[in-house]
Amino acid sequence: MGLKQKLHTLKEKYKGKKMAPAFNALHTFLYLPNETTHSGSHVRAADDLKRTMNTVIMALLPCLVFGIYNAGYQHYLATGEIEAAAGFFSGEFWSFQNFAMGAWTVLPLVIVSYGVGLAVEFLFAVIKGHEVEEGYLVTGMLVPLIVPVDIPLWMLAVAVIFGVVIGKEVFGGTGMNILNPALTIRAFLFFAYPTWMSGDKVWVHGAVERAKEIAAGSNADAISGETILGSYAQNQDVLYSLQDMFLGFIPGSVGETSKLLIIFGALFLIFTKVGSWRIIFSTLIGALAMGLIFNGVVEMGWINEGSKFYGLMTVPFWQHLIIGSILFGAVYMATDPVTASQTNKGKWIYGFLIGFISILIRVFNPAYPEGVFLAILLMNVFAPTIDHYVLQGNIKRRMKRLKVKTA
Amino acid sequence: MGLLSKKDSKLILDPLADNNPITIQVLGICSALAITAQLKPSVVMAISVVFVLGVGNVVISLMRNIIPSKIRIIVQLIVVATLVIIVDQVLKAFAYELSKELSVFIGLIITNCIIMGRFEAFALGNGPWRSFLDGIGNAAGYGVILIIVGFFRELLGSGTLFGFKVLGDPVEKSGLYAIGYENNGFMVLPPMALIVVGLIIWVQRSRNKELIEEN
Repeated sequence: MGLKQKLHTLKEKYKGKKMAPAFNALHTFLYLPNETTHSGSHVRAADDLKRTMNTVIMALLPCLVFGIYNAGYQHYLATGEIEAAAGFFSGEFWSFQNFAMGAWTVLPLVIVSYGVGLAVEFLFAVIKGHEVEEGYLVTGMLVPLIVPVDIPLWMLAVAVIFGVVIGKEVFGGTGMNILNPALTIRAFLFFAYPTWMSGDKVWVHGAVERAKEIAAGSNADAISGETILGSYAQNQDVLYSLQDMFLGFIPGSVGETSKLLIIFGALFLIFTKVGSWRIIFSTLIGALAMGLIFNGVVEMGWINEGSKFYGLMTVPFWQHLIIGSILFGAVYMATDPVTASQTNKGKWIYGFLIGFISILIRVFNPAYPEGVFLAILLMNVFAPTIDHYVLQGNIKRRMKRLKVKTA
Repeated sequence: MGLLSKKDSKLILDPLADNNPITIQVLGICSALAITAQLKPSVVMAISVVFVLGVGNVVISLMRNIIPSKIRIIVQLIVVATLVIIVDQVLKAFAYELSKELSVFIGLIITNCIIMGRFEAFALGNGPWRSFLDGIGNAAGYGVILIIVGFFRELLGSGTLFGFKVLGDPVEKSGLYAIGYENNGFMVLPPMALIVVGLIIWVQRSRNKELIEEN
């Protein structure tokens, strides 16, 4: 008797009892579900919810693998043990040493994210007596990709509990949430433990440890890895080339550095029709528009060089797309079908405002070097309002047409 | 309770739980969010409101038959303003630091919906003794929530209670901080107060299903 069969008999045996959802959950998680999705505000298609989720995870995997290598690469680069990588296929980057170090730091994040998140989901399924929902599969993969490598695991665990309970379960579980759970988790971390979410130490594995050793009297060299936005916000010189930024050989949250792989993921999502191309493109257009406005302000001479916003305002508008996490946010976060606008016209407005506000926060608020997650959370809240007015506008237009015809 | 009749003790006990002004009637939220980052101001605020609402209810109740109904709101405002000024002056005289910390929020007790609500809904139609109990009960119900929220926000946000470092010293890395614990900065920010109040409402309603509104 295979494991699947065994689980099935267990499930039948416990049918109607308290633990039934837990067995059912395990069964659904490991194998094909017995039923397809029939409720909740998901896109209804022949695929079930899990298929959709798996597609997103497949699109995320390249980012995770790259993130693992990059975590090791940044560490050894900062300690001076390896040279900077020359091209995308550089042996300095894709070495086993980098992979081992990266896996040692990144995989615990993945394990904690999935372990804690699924435990909370199972708990709620058992208490409320409903089927477990697969909603956490994607969130659990997104979370380790949007945090710094050196974030303490217990903080991540607390944040995951908060995000899943307050961000999702209180609203009724998967498909009912207003806010994107992964971003809720990041927002919680950001406001609760700001020292672990920004600055020049947390993005490179080992930098915090090294700083402590130096404070304790060791005479080793300090390691630091300032993100590009961090450097800009402090009007420092940026040490990385455009090529590095595009390929992702830079410090940053685990999965968001490689713009090249994110673009591949985006094409995959658009091709499989899982992600909305309208949202992705309108977000990028919004970001470019805001960047152009800032470039214009500098061009017109309305801001002098002494201003603390000057550094970020002079960034050429198209470069905003390859620094920071706007691309990652646009492709994997803004397109979440539950929290985004549902109407086509609404998606354009929703995405445009995300990009627009992201760059606005990025430039004008040095305390928040990256504003993408705040912009997406804000627009999550407004998405139903946008849909409402799009629908009302449509109804009004049709009523008018009706009147013209009957008159 | 021997001292109070059953009906009277209900006046005090009801607002503490099943008819709590904050979690059930959802009144007085603003001050609950603003001053609960620390336990001490929460307690002082609770005591102040108990005083203002207890005395105010008695005063209004004693005057209830001579207040012309057209100007009753103005009369109520004068009563509550007088009491609030007394509280404010006492705090300034005996606890100046604390009154600085609470700043405008003591003055804003005047606009606390719970106080005007109890004057209108209870003191205008009941005798002084029962009004007094009602005032104490409602203010205590408000204070209990304030103190619970203040307790969690100060403990998790600053690692202290009443200013005592109960979890160890974050700078010298003693106690819990020695093993890597850190204060949750989010707890100090007002949005977290809203979430904590929400969690209290959640716990209360899941324990007593009758409180869940139908919609």
